[in-house]
Amino acid sequence: MNTAILALEDGTVFEGKSFGAPTERSGEVVFNTALTGYQEVFTDPSYAGQIVILTNPQIGNYGTSSGDNESRGPFIEGLVVREFSPLASNWRSDAAADAFLSRAGVPIVSEIDTRTLVRHLRTRGVMRGVLSTTRSDRAALVETARSIPTMAGLDLASRVTTNERYEWTHGVDSCSPSELTGTPRPREFHVVAYDFGIKHNILRRLVHSGCRVTVVPALTSAEDVLALKPDGIFLSNGPGDPEPLTTQVGNIRRLIGKKPVFGICLGNQLLGLAMGGKTYKLKFGHRGANHPVRNEITKRVEITSHNHGFAVDPDSLNLNEVEITHVNLNDQTLEGFRHRSHPVFCVQYHPEAAPGPHDSHYLFEDFTRLMREAR
Amino acid sequence: MPRRNDLHRILIIGSGPIIIGQACEFDYSGTQATKALRADGFEVILVNSNPATIMTDPNLADKTYVEPLTRAYVEELIRRERPDALLSTVGGQTGLNLSVELAEAGVLDKYGVELIGAKLDAIKKAEDRLLFKDAMRSIGLETPQSQLVTTVAGGLDFADRIGYPCILRASFTLGGTGGGIAYNKEELVEILERGLDLSPVHEVLIEESVLGWKEYELEVMRDLADNCIIICSIENFDPMGVHTGDSITVAPAQTLSDREYQMMRDGALACLREIGVDTGGSNVQFAINPKDGRMVVIEMNPRVSRSSALASKATGFPIAKIAAKLAVGYRLDEIRNDITRKTPACFEPTIDYVVAKIPKWAFEKFPGADPTLGTQMKSVGEVMAIGRTFKQALWKGIRSLETGRAFGSEKLEKSLITKKLITPTPDRLNYLRFALAAGYTVEEIHDLTAIDPWFLTQMKEVVDFEGELAGTTLIAATREQFRAAKRFGISDVQLAKTWGATEIDVRNRRKELGIKAVFSRVDTCAAEFESFTPYLYSNYDYGDEAEPVDRKKVMILGSGPNRIGQGIEFDYCCCHASFALQEMGVESIMVNCNPETVSTDYDTSDRLYFEPLTLENVLNIVDTEKPDGLIVQFGGQTPLNLALPLKRLGVPIIGTDPSNIDLAEDRKLFGKLLDDLKIPCPENGTATNVEEACAVAGRIGYPVLVRPSYVLGGRAMVIAYDEDMVRQYMREAVSFSQDRPVLIDRFLEDATEVDVDALADGGSDVLIAGIMEHIEEAGVHSGDSSCVLPAQSLSPQTLATIEDYTIRLARALNVIGLMNVQYAIQDGKVYVLEVNPRASRTVPYVSKATGVALPKIAVGLMWGRKLKDYGLATGKLSVPQVFVKSPVFPFNKFHGVDPALGPEMRSTGEVMGVGMNFGEAFLKAQISAGSPLPDKGTIFISVNDRHKQEAVDIGRRFSELGFSLVATRGTANALRAAGLPCKTIFKVNEGRPNAVDLLKGGNIQLAIYTTTGAPAFYDEKAIRRSAVTYRVPCITTMSGARAAADAVAARLRDPIRVWSLQEIHEAKTTVA
Ligand SMILES: Nc1ncnc2c1ncn2[C@@H]1O[C@H](COP(=O)(O)OP(=O)(O)O)[C@@H](O)[C@H]1O
Ligand SMILES: Nc1ncnc2c1ncn2[C@@H]1O[C@H](COP(=O)(O)OP(=O)(O)O)[C@@H](O)[C@H]1O
Ligand SMILES: [Mg+2]
Ligand SMILES: [Mg+2]
Repeated sequence: MNTAILALEDGTVFEGKSFGAPTERSGEVVFNTALTGYQEVFTDPSYAGQIVILTNPQIGNYGTSSGDNESRGPFIEGLVVREFSPLASNWRSDAAADAFLSRAGVPIVSEIDTRTLVRHLRTRGVMRGVLSTTRSDRAALVETARSIPTMAGLDLASRVTTNERYEWTHGVDSCSPSELTGTPRPREFHVVAYDFGIKHNILRRLVHSGCRVTVVPALTSAEDVLALKPDGIFLSNGPGDPEPLTTQVGNIRRLIGKKPVFGICLGNQLLGLAMGGKTYKLKFGHRGANHPVRNEITKRVEITSHNHGFAVDPDSLNLNEVEITHVNLNDQTLEGFRHRSHPVFCVQYHPEAAPGPHDSHYLFEDFTRLMREAR
Repeated sequence: MPRRNDLHRILIIGSGPIIIGQACEFDYSGTQATKALRADGFEVILVNSNPATIMTDPNLADKTYVEPLTRAYVEELIRRERPDALLSTVGGQTGLNLSVELAEAGVLDKYGVELIGAKLDAIKKAEDRLLFKDAMRSIGLETPQSQLVTTVAGGLDFADRIGYPCILRASFTLGGTGGGIAYNKEELVEILERGLDLSPVHEVLIEESVLGWKEYELEVMRDLADNCIIICSIENFDPMGVHTGDSITVAPAQTLSDREYQMMRDGALACLREIGVDTGGSNVQFAINPKDGRMVVIEMNPRVSRSSALASKATGFPIAKIAAKLAVGYRLDEIRNDITRKTPACFEPTIDYVVAKIPKWAFEKFPGADPTLGTQMKSVGEVMAIGRTFKQALWKGIRSLETGRAFGSEKLEKSLITKKLITPTPDRLNYLRFALAAGYTVEEIHDLTAIDPWFLTQMKEVVDFEGELAGTTLIAATREQFRAAKRFGISDVQLAKTWGATEIDVRNRRKELGIKAVFSRVDTCAAEFESFTPYLYSNYDYGDEAEPVDRKKVMILGSGPNRIGQGIEFDYCCCHASFALQEMGVESIMVNCNPETVSTDYDTSDRLYFEPLTLENVLNIVDTEKPDGLIVQFGGQTPLNLALPLKRLGVPIIGTDPSNIDLAEDRKLFGKLLDDLKIPCPENGTATNVEEACAVAGRIGYPVLVRPSYVLGGRAMVIAYDEDMVRQYMREAVSFSQDRPVLIDRFLEDATEVDVDALADGGSDVLIAGIMEHIEEAGVHSGDSSCVLPAQSLSPQTLATIEDYTIRLARALNVIGLMNVQYAIQDGKVYVLEVNPRASRTVPYVSKATGVALPKIAVGLMWGRKLKDYGLATGKLSVPQVFVKSPVFPFNKFHGVDPALGPEMRSTGEVMGVGMNFGEAFLKAQISAGSPLPDKGTIFISVNDRHKQEAVDIGRRFSELGFSLVATRGTANALRAAGLPCKTIFKVNEGRPNAVDLLKGGNIQLAIYTTTGAPAFYDEKAIRRSAVTYRVPCITTMSGARAAADAVAARLRDPIRVWSLQEIHEAKTTVA
């Protein structure tokens, strides 16, 4: 069997069976506990720079289907699983997961004791690692793991953003004759969406809720955005540390108060910084599809989809200006807030789901309501 | 919404006796709910007719009633107890139906009892298939088209519209009777006619078939604030067409993309909201067309179900416990997750392993029953296995089944493969492996079975590897091969078989190579958070999380999957063992693989190992835990089979020495012991060929009882009345050999059978806990006959003799803990039938009748205490009232099976009736067992000549009670000769109208019908069958008939009254 090795910066080394691309990639090693949606994880740009462990031991079972991509292709650096299925069994599948990742040059290591690995990261915190099918010198691999830059301080968003502006018009389509997606709203609003690594399902949901979307590069200036005469501005999810993104934060600061603003994930962190708050790195992040988040306004609990390693420190926010709207019930971290005087709100988790529960779709309706009121 | 403080007393209705489709899972749910509510300061009043349950333990609820689950008795109970609320959702279908009945009858309003859990309209919307379908369509969810028809013609043209095959379900019949799958017009007409005929309302639901679609279940919870969470997704290995209860099921779902899964999740939540189940757990069943993803809703259960139990054990999320808390007002986010402690119960569990459930059937006990699996559940039990991968879980599960046959030694017919794959039966799983080994491709098998190719491919990987292993040897096998084998879930036994080695050779070699099992935790969160509950399963990865604690500890081996002859009674004993150990400050470690049970709740014992009960898996745990003691006497036969091997390997087994347990099973040794003690047993001998058998039988004298060695539950045991029957038995019935001879005993005719449970401390003290007199005469398996405490008809000398024998046997076998002895009394002489130095089926019943938890004391004794430490000494426990235990049979599920009772046990469960006199107790027991006795009408009597005189006495009593009599010619003559008015009717083969016509026409309220002894003739069988079908109680023994007369007298005499166990035993039980 072809072996692959995962080496961590703290010297821990795991060896397993190799699938995917025969190559070597490195990055921050993180774990996701979702039971479904591996393809959405592969293709979520927020995973740029990360080697992903999936705790569901059986991966690949239902293959991949082009309709389920969250971006132009896979962004993960590498995949670590307990058991990988070369066979794809699902009527929608148009490519096996193996081929899907190979084509994108992503290595896979299978037969790994992912539970032990996750418990390791849970106690030590996330760390850098190398996944290699080409080298077997463990010491050398550990060295490489130590040599790669850490996430903190990296501007990954500018690396994954689009080079030029484009229009998005594709709505939500159903995956089965029985899926009830609801009738799309008539096009009513023009939304300019900053692409810091935006997921397609955010765009689909915006269109579904009645928006025409113009996607702009991460560094587009506030003025250029306003020049597009948007009804509202969207701040997307994206990879890595928000702090180095000072230009973006500057732009956002200049947009607050001008137009309704909705931010998700990285967008939420950038808004936090723009409103004078601070962000910090979580020990091992939130990555999964089962996090309970309470809406502090309605007191309803939503089961939500998460993918973030950084978070906004609620104590750093000026609560006269900012109102906390969502809290994570597992660890009380801040999951969402809004501006008290301007139509600006954001959530740390992923209301667009993909993968994950649909409990939070209502936030897109909230956004369109704000735009309607702002007219 | 926090806890409701307007509620104080809550009534919980249990699910009654264990029947097919409703097993221990509702003891699990009722027990969890009761514990949770009491812990929260509520007073809990519990009613359940099943004495073998943990939930009916006097110290679990505040008031515990073991009474019939019928409107009349529960209304009386409500009148006495005045509960504020009734929790309707934790007692299975029985509890739910009774709750509905009480609500609709106005009983709940009359006494101001609020229905909590699910409201009446929600329950009805969910339970009525047509209302349900309309509700689903109204929210845009598809369901298979269907229509209620009342005529064959109507059925035919609806079938023409939806096409064949189609599914038929007769309305209001027992356990799906009268339903089926029609593949063409002819079958439709046939099934439809039968169904219309069997349905009391002459109504059949015809439904569009979605056979072969993928079947799924989602377990959903909802609180009063409308927070909804999915606990677990379950995918059926067997596609639509095989009842979920009979399917191998897998958690989590394996072949759904996130898009499809979320579509199903949305559907489940919408369904719950539309039906309006406002709190608690429900389960929603879906089918998905593998070709285009079309999804239909099959049904939803607005209550805790079998799958909820499975989901709880599979995820570590205690659904029943949480459901109970939600019912009293809590919100999900107000409840804590016990396992992580930090996080709330308001989340969706995620798992990093795979769970497989495999059902267990008992067709061998029901000759004539059709073993085809379909839309009606037929399995009697199930096992669950947890593995890091599906392969590991499945192979572990197969090992947990205790088929009695070494893995791979199943007899498989190559010529049958295709047939066995197309038509699902219990051995389809074996045939899948066999077909793969025989070179069938995944595609071919998928075409024949519609089982998802992913599952088949997983199986193929293992089967192929088994091929590779066959090519090597114990010595040649590499470390990598060993490791792969174990990671695939292949057992040491299977490796040993493949390599012609012993299991222990394989084990040693494996450990030499450093391949050892490790234990991982079930933690609800895939290790994202720390787990504080040692709920463990073995696997062959690297990290070990067992973290054994260094303190005095004892391991308890559970009883594995339910089966006829070994069920919940033994789980009761194991749980009590655990509680007792904890009370003594000893760490209790439970090992079991039955997801339905209380013993596999993570909070029943200090530590839980969810593992197969095999030597290999037990030894792995022993290696890790190094227990100070191991208990094998509480789990029925399963742990006993491991006792000697474990002892040989030096595992410290506490209580009665395994070799003495074994001695009691060994004919020769035991016979010698009885001789030495001068205790009589029926004359007996053994034979290893036909002639020998006839000779032995001839010497002993007919009738004789013949059976193979080493059987349980009276397996393959028959009464032979003459040499021909012996020859036939030896020819057809059994396989025997030099070391497994056929056992032949003189059959004691018309003997009274007695069961005795006793406690002994290895010193000189022996406490007789109960002397149970059987209602049916010896010859009806002890597990199948009703029995009564205290004994009703035994003379003082007989009782004295029984006590004397029991005490001497206990001392001779140096029993430490529990012992069960079966006696038969014929013409005043007491014979020993068998001795089981271990917990017996009757222990829970005796515990409840005496108010003394026998297993608790037994564990103390095993741990070195003496009876006197409990204020007990040699003597006998007394019972304050009359307690009757009656069996419950699954005959309504098995068409064409003769319900006549015999030495082979066939009951699935039991009930207990409590009364001031025997009649009352027996009456209640019969009501609880589902065969209520009439208070007026016509009695049909037909008995063989030996019983004519008794028949006259019984006939007289019934006519005095105001019943009219009909009888077949011979019996009728006898009755008339005695001056009793009586109508003569034809036997089935004599003409019409005959007994069957009368039964069908509802003209007979009770049938008394004894066997002629010889194998049942068609005629007898036909009558007993139709009695079952048309729900007319049918008594097949004279002693049973006598008891029935007492009961009917009681029914006409005594008021409806109920007692809680607490009040019955208030006056602390004293030693008589
Ligand atoms: N329309 C159908 N076509 C094919 N199989 C069906 C259909 N409806 C039910 N079944 C099968 O019958 C089983 C029992 O049906 P269900 O409605 O769940 O009744 P129950 O209340 O006994 O669970 C299901 O598990 C499924 O396998
Ligand atoms: N010699 C006998 N005479 C009459 N009935 C017997 C005799 N031996 C056994 N039986 C009947 O057969 C039943 C089963 O026999 P038993 O030895 O108890 O087998 P098991 O171990 O399955 O309980 C007993 O409960 C009893 O009713
Ligand atoms: Mg069902
Ligand atoms: Mg017996």
